[in-house]
Parts: sequence; C-alpha cells; structure tokens
Amino acid sequence: MSVLVLVEHDNTEIKAATLHTLDAAAKLGGDVVLLVAGENCGDVADAAAKINGVAKVLHADDAAYAHHLAENMSWLMKGMADGYTHILAPATTFGKNILPRLAALLDVAQISDIIAVESPDTFKRPIYAGNAIATVQSKDGVKVITVRGTAFPAVAAQGGSASVEKIESAGNYDKSSFVGQELSKSDRPELTSAKIVISGGRGMQSGENFHLLETVADKLNAAVGASRAAVDAGFVPNDFQVGQTGKIVAPDLYIAVGISGAIQHLAGIKDSKVIVAINKDEEAPIFQVADYGLVADLFDVLPEMAEKL
Amino acid sequence: MKILVAVKRVIDFNVKVRVKADQSGIETANVKMSMNPFDEIAVEEALRLKEAGKAAEVVAVTIGPAASVETLRTAMAMGADRGIHVLAEGDVEPLAVAKLLKGVVDKESPDIVFLGKQAIDNDCNQTGQMLAALADWPQATFASKVELMAGENGGAVAVTREIDGGLDTVKITLPAIITTDLRLNEPRYASLPNIMKAKKKPVDQMSPEDLAVDVTPRLTTLKVEEPPTRAAGIKVADVGELLDKLRNEAKVI
Repeated sequence: MSVLVLVEHDNTEIKAATLHTLDAAAKLGGDVVLLVAGENCGDVADAAAKINGVAKVLHADDAAYAHHLAENMSWLMKGMADGYTHILAPATTFGKNILPRLAALLDVAQISDIIAVESPDTFKRPIYAGNAIATVQSKDGVKVITVRGTAFPAVAAQGGSASVEKIESAGNYDKSSFVGQELSKSDRPELTSAKIVISGGRGMQSGENFHLLETVADKLNAAVGASRAAVDAGFVPNDFQVGQTGKIVAPDLYIAVGISGAIQHLAGIKDSKVIVAINKDEEAPIFQVADYGLVADLFDVLPEMAEKL
Repeated sequence: MKILVAVKRVIDFNVKVRVKADQSGIETANVKMSMNPFDEIAVEEALRLKEAGKAAEVVAVTIGPAASVETLRTAMAMGADRGIHVLAEGDVEPLAVAKLLKGVVDKESPDIVFLGKQAIDNDCNQTGQMLAALADWPQATFASKVELMAGENGGAVAVTREIDGGLDTVKITLPAIITTDLRLNEPRYASLPNIMKAKKKPVDQMSPEDLAVDVTPRLTTLKVEEPPTRAAGIKVADVGELLDKLRNEAKVI
C-alpha cells in the first residue's frame, strides 16, 4: 500500500486541511508520500517533510504550478500515479477542482468527500446534503479520494524527518491561465478550523449589521460565517458561506444568529459539538438541532452578549 | 457559437429525503423531482449568452431514465432550443456520465459546455472536471462570473470562480468546460406559453451503446444509512442563562 497526498498550500505555507487529510491517509496504512507542487515553494516542501508520519516529499517547482491550475496539476499527477494504491486531496475548492480531472485521466472513479475509512477499499461519504451516509467500495486499481477535513483530526505538523525529492515539471497547458484573485483578509481564525464559529443569516438584515456579530466574535476568538441567504443578499462575500455547497464546519461551539436552518445549512454544521440558535421565530427549524436555543431579537441579544463576555 | 448544457433530474431540494428501510438507497417513489438547482443556473447562463447575441444555439442534454425527459422539457421551457436524452437506467456514476457527455460533445462540437458544479443528490462535484479531462479542454469550475473575451484566437472566456479563500479568475480558451456556482445568476421561471412551446421542441434519444460507452459502475454501494441525528436541546430564557450554560455546562467558552 502506498498513498500519495496532494498538499494544499499557497507557496508559503501548508493549509490546515492537508493535515486532516493525512489522518485519513494514515488510516489506510502503508507509506504516505506528499506532493508539493507550486512555484518557489521550497519552504512548503521543507515544512511538509517535518509532518509526522510522512515517508517522502515530492517537490515540483515550476511557474506552471504557481496557481494550481487543474489542467497542469492533474497532468503532473497522472504522470507519477503509477505505483500508488490511493491518491488523496482535501475536499476543498482546491482538491475538488483538481482530483476529478486526475481521476478521469486515470480512468477511475473518484470518491468524494469521505468522512470515514472503513478499510483500504471501503469508505463512508455523505450524500443528499448529509441526510444520508453511503458506504461505498471501490475496485479500481488506484483509489482517488477527496477527504472532508472536519471528519478527521489533524496530524502533528512536527515530528517527521522525511526526505525531499525534486521532480520534473510536466509542462504548461496553454489553454488555461491564471488572471488574478481577491482573497478575503481577516485577522480572525479560519472558518473550517476555528474552535468557535458565529454565523449570521437573513435575520441580520444588512452587511453593516454583521459588525454586531464581529464584536462578539472578537471576544470569543471566533470565526464569522453566514448562511446562503446572507451571502445571496450580498451582506458578506461567498467565502463566508457555511452549508452543503459552502464550507463544512465542526467547531466546539457554533452560534447561529438569525438563521432559520434550511437543510442545506444544517448539512454544514451538524458535526459541531455544541450548537446555539438565536432567532426571534421560535418555529425556526434551527431550534430542532440546537443544544441551546434563545428565542429573542438578535439586535438585543448581540450587544448584550458583547457586553457580558 | 453553440452551447451545450448538461442537466440532471434529482429529488427536489425542498424534499426531506428518506433512507430505504433495507439500507439499499434513498426512497424515490412518489417524491417530487426537479432539475438540479446548479443546472438551472447553467441553463440560465447559456440563455443569457444567446440573448446577448453571443450564441446561436443552446442544446440541453440529460442522462437518465425515461422520466428524465421532463428535465429536458424544463430546460427547453426556459429557452433551450432542443434536447438530447441519453437513456440510461440505474445509477450512472460521474465518470460514466462524463464519457457519455464526451460522446455527445464529439457529435455536437459545442464551444462551451455548462454544467452545474454538483448535483444535490450524490454531492459528487466531479462531472465537469472529468469531461474536461476526457475532452482535453480547459476547465473553469465554481463560476460566479463568465465574460466572453472578444478577439482572442478562436475565442476565450474569463471566469471568476468561488474558492475557499474568496474569488479567483482564470482565462480559458474555447472550447471549454464551465461549472456553475450559486452566485452566477438567478435562473428564470418558465412561463406557461413557453412550457407549451417546449413540448414541440425536438429531443434526440440515444443510448450508451450508441455512444460506445460502458456505464458499469466502478463503485459498489454497500449500504445507505441515516446519519446520527441531533436531538433538540433546551431553550434558555436570556443571554445571562445562555452564557452560564456555555461556561459551566457545555464548557465551550
């Protein structure tokens, strides 16, 4: 058994989702080899070599990989796939963009968003927005898998001493190019790894009102999220969205403020340890999954919380 | 320019699905079915390009059992010019769907294929990327903005994509695959006259054999079960009680 894990990084540091993916890799058994592909990302390769349990790091450094275009990444991986029984990546927009393209190049199925490893060929994954859990078995020679980070703990980023081996670039695909990006900047913790998340919904009524949430978030060192309704209404950017098609979170504490609780939103939060719902509509479905519910006007509650914390 | 849009018939997003008692799958008998919501966005984007004079024809394609033709009719009622139905029973996995679509692409030679980024039944999020690989075309997934770029050799499109950290933009040359995310547009409703007109629009039917594609599943579903359910907790009276519970009972703050 030999497992190749695609490292998600920004050419400077490794994204936390990779460490969670590595726990799934460890559960498969066998050697774990990491692929770091990027541009001027030697520091990332060195950091990857220190991750606990890693046998080897393969490092491809080329402008073609600077922005992780799926065309170039999948082509590189196709060329080196021989000999691996499993190829894994985080089920983030990074992994979801690249891995299905690789799977098709290898003529194998992809198993998306696994939440448990039952055996080296059998996995559990959510379907229908997490309203059902399927157990699937793959007979493909190489199993191409994306991993839901919140379902696996992070492995230690330290303690390993793997070798780093440079590999050749597989070249640039000229029909696709990177133009630019607008990344949200925030001093708060990342949504998918924060211990506490506080999210706002349509009940927030405007983007300006999100500062009420942010004040509470800052007192709790929490990340700020949103329901689809709040994103669609333009209150906050898309990267705030928590739910079936947004981010999946599983913090110790999730506070839903002015969120009714559509099944698509619940899909993204139901593995949270403790859920708090604050909503003035006592019939809101969110209360059916909340450990603590407070039926009240959020415009009264949030300032009071900020004051008492 | 010709645009192909792939659409899938799925359980309506408002339906609370039920797992079959024998754990073999999801109950679909007597359940409301609709077009996958992301595919509605894909159809809408294609129609907007046609209405802007950029595209000459919009062709909708679906893969599935006989009843899937209803989903094609919905796409045509929205405004697609014609439909292609690849008749396939049972669970057709994304890789097989991508191979069937590649067969249709070879016949139709579209300039752009729009697909929803994922279907809300199996939540796979694979088909567009796989089709792009099989066709050796560039891909832009999770699109929130699509802009045709004039003057490029053979045509190109700038696509803004919704990614975990925010947005990024790629330029891809045509022909290309684009998968649609929620914020790309707001799909129209079909009007009654257009629903009537759609009944007369042509639908070509073909089989996986016609396209020489083996659709045998690669994965075996051993069982489908209900997720662990969360029980409703308690109601607290005020902020003071809430914070007390969080500090002293749940111990999370």
